[in-house]
Amino acid sequence: MSLRSPPLRAVHADAGARFTDFGGWEMPVEFDSIRTEHAAVRDAVGKFDVSHMGEIAVSGPDATRLTQRLATNDVTDLDPGEAHYSAITREDGVMLDDTVVYCLPEGVDGDYLFIPNAGHDEQMAGRWRDHAAEWGLDATVDNRTTEYGLVALQGPDAPNLLADRSDIALDELGRFEIADGTVAGVDALVATTGYTGEAGYEILCPWDEVATVWDALDCQPCGLGARDTLRLEMGFLLSGQDFDPEKEPRNPFEAGIGFVVDLDTEFVGRDALEGVDVEGVDEKLVGLSLIDRGVPREGHEVTTPDGEHLGAITSGTMSPTLGDPIALAYIPTDYTEPGTKLRVVVRGEPKKARIRTTPFLDR
Amino acid sequence: MSFDVPEELRYLDSHEWVSGDDGTVTVGISDFAQDELGDVVFVELPDEGTELAAGDDFGVVESIKAVSDIYAPVSGTVTAVNDALLDQPELVNEDPYGDGWLLELELADESELDDLLSADEYRDQIE
Repeated sequence: MSLRSPPLRAVHADAGARFTDFGGWEMPVEFDSIRTEHAAVRDAVGKFDVSHMGEIAVSGPDATRLTQRLATNDVTDLDPGEAHYSAITREDGVMLDDTVVYCLPEGVDGDYLFIPNAGHDEQMAGRWRDHAAEWGLDATVDNRTTEYGLVALQGPDAPNLLADRSDIALDELGRFEIADGTVAGVDALVATTGYTGEAGYEILCPWDEVATVWDALDCQPCGLGARDTLRLEMGFLLSGQDFDPEKEPRNPFEAGIGFVVDLDTEFVGRDALEGVDVEGVDEKLVGLSLIDRGVPREGHEVTTPDGEHLGAITSGTMSPTLGDPIALAYIPTDYTEPGTKLRVVVRGEPKKARIRTTPFLDR
Repeated sequence: MSFDVPEELRYLDSHEWVSGDDGTVTVGISDFAQDELGDVVFVELPDEGTELAAGDDFGVVESIKAVSDIYAPVSGTVTAVNDALLDQPELVNEDPYGDGWLLELELADESELDDLLSADEYRDQIE
């Protein structure tokens, strides 16, 4: 399979970026150093090209009903210009993807826009279309993944930086809102969403004009490496790693995002999840940090102090902000009390670890 | 990008360097290797007195994004390890041929040094 390239591939190469394959896309993983990029976002501001994320527009008389039946959160809560986090589950309640659903502002083409993860855009557009046909719903599903570029501007200085370059009244936007206007003279949708735990924006603009937006936002360029360490410090899930329908099949309650499941709505997976809600989960995702020296990584075994198998790390790193080795793992609920001592087996060596509440960082 | 490859050192194609040639040598990883790894956050080294054979993996250097085994360029006994790396693993990035050294080995067989790459040969490998 050939890799898809973001619109700024050449710009990033000129800036000295290293690239990696992520979700079938050739994406910048590091521009300067992960530590430098990570610190820029925590202390000031950084920009990410996340044009590999999917964008699916849903429109028409039944756009609300269709989306309500395919995502776990209550989409009727959203007024134009509002957004929320949601999960997309199959019949047995297992998550296929997580997403942000935007109810587009008045005057913008389309009723809803949702952002599936990289490489999931065709599958999710197909899922929406197939179900619209199956249920006889009148909705148009438009995969705009290669029509929109997506730039994330994140960090405490992001509001000031963007305010000088946009005609949108940014200070009127609350968290998880979206407005249309211009950025650097380019038509854009600006959302107060992100994946870092910092203040900031995600900016959707036409694919072939994203360079203008990118260049106008003069701040530290950041790659997927820093994006990963930033999200992990917040305990945010990474689709395909912290849950995955094939290799890590998990429902939203196990993954710790039960707050996006609205059982008062009808959606695919609802009945299975009602059962989970009543009976409780056997395992759930927890944060942990190593007390001993070492770096927990995906796949490392988690055991009791006596060596009894409990689970495995799904994501782990050395936290650049805290200087602590941190990780996420699914383990039996009996062991999930914060402070519980466990072991993470790193290259055959059991390393002492303790359960931590997430986010690892106060934000 | 060009990397520092000091003339007076010898190299392994797995990016370790060796300095010195009479009895005891110092071992580290090259400027190219530290740059490829990125921010080093953890280094695991053997204890003093450990005997290594050429080609043994004797430890790991971990960056935020990657884990890399390190190999003994020559056979010998570990006579010193760089304890400063416990608290300051970033020295491997900042000064790979100086303060970021990994360990010292008492050579078992000086002739093994002849099997290593010269600076020119190593430069050809990474360019």
